[in-house]
Amino acid sequence: MSFSPNIVGFACHWCTYTGADLAGSLRCKYPPTIKLIRVPCSGRVEPEFVLEALARGADGVFVGGCHFGDCHYKEGNYKTSRRMMLVKKLLEELGFEPERFRLEWISGAEGKKFAEVMEEYTEQLKKIGPNPLKGGE
Amino acid sequence: MGKKTIAFLLTGGCAGCEMALVDLADRLVDALEHLEVVWWAPTVADLKYKDLEDMPDKSIDLAFIDGMVRLSEQEHMVKVLRQKAKILVAFGACAALGGIPGMGNLHTKDEIFKTVYFDTFSTDNPDGVVPQTKYLVDGKYELTLPEFYDTVRAIHQVVDVDYFVGGCPPHHEFVAKAVEAIIAGNLPPKGSWITSGKSVCDVCPRNPANKGETRTPIKEVKRTIEGAPEEDKCLLQQGYLCLGPITQGDCGASCPKVGIPCRGCGGPIPGIKDFGARAISAITSLLKDEKTVEQLMEKYPTIAKLFYRYSLPSALINRRISR
Repeated sequence: MSFSPNIVGFACHWCTYTGADLAGSLRCKYPPTIKLIRVPCSGRVEPEFVLEALARGADGVFVGGCHFGDCHYKEGNYKTSRRMMLVKKLLEELGFEPERFRLEWISGAEGKKFAEVMEEYTEQLKKIGPNPLKGGE
Repeated sequence: MGKKTIAFLLTGGCAGCEMALVDLADRLVDALEHLEVVWWAPTVADLKYKDLEDMPDKSIDLAFIDGMVRLSEQEHMVKVLRQKAKILVAFGACAALGGIPGMGNLHTKDEIFKTVYFDTFSTDNPDGVVPQTKYLVDGKYELTLPEFYDTVRAIHQVVDVDYFVGGCPPHHEFVAKAVEAIIAGNLPPKGSWITSGKSVCDVCPRNPANKGETRTPIKEVKRTIEGAPEEDKCLLQQGYLCLGPITQGDCGASCPKVGIPCRGCGGPIPGIKDFGARAISAITSLLKDEKTVEQLMEKYPTIAKLFYRYSLPSALINRRISR
């Protein structure tokens, strides 16, 4: 059986989660690899969440927020952006491939973009294989 | 009331935590009216490991361990002491979090051996000798050395720990309070940290909030080698990356008071699962923009060694992944 990655996604309620809803209404097709967790704002996503998902064996972690200037809470996504820069660096220092983590800005109107990103991310993860912490399962 | 029996074991630490205990001076002498030391090795008493192994199980009321576990010898002694002790305290940053030696988890055993036994400037090792766990002398005397594990572990990753005390070393004022609480039997639930629960910022005289001032975003990241910080002004506000906001302040903010940014030896304040991850969260919220984050990454080549200075072995992902 070919490897199907397991992606844990954190989606902001106001943009990316709405975008994912729209992808459904538009009947866009995308792989069933993503497990979305709705958060009030991408700024709610603690670096701890990303590390815990990987520590528990997720093959990839996705964080989605609003475009700059669109944040319902004005500056939550700016904080996310700064925070995730360091998270990316930390994950590389801990020996993960950079593809294990992905940050995207997807608005509530970008249902198609959401489906495309999921398609592309799943392909990327298929290429690099399972999370090394799972011991090659 | 009979005396409580206590024991001390130094594993992979530097014995600094035991110095902190000795720093109690006359108060330690007072405490000894209530305590009887039955085992304190290898630093203080001339006792052998066998002496501890021969004691009956659960015969020690209170045992402290300072240091982390890197060698098979340390792992064995920690397990023995757990069997003999009723209450086990992981004393200090190494025992409770993994400590400074825990940063070794960013390297493999082979890398460490290569540096230590081959690459350092002062090393003279033409035969390429590295430590072996067994060696036969004259074909009949077998000598052994403990095994060097690939990964450093904190004590709770080896055995059950009843209480944790942070600090590198724990501040002696705080040690006094902890020892008094233990003697009085005034202890929190099993598995907790013995702490005031306050952060370093909470007790720091530089904290702008304590002076009625508001914080402003950090515009420039500085390292301490770039010059001395201003007196009485918050180190974070000046751009020095101080981890005070998320570290237990049982030290009374002794480092920030003298211009040294907190590095998190006190351990995480309650409610934090992963010290380094939360440190990233706290620090980046204070930085002004992405440019400042880039500046941080330029100035600190390995951020894991900044944010996990004392806590890598107890992190959610506690070592570099080796393939």
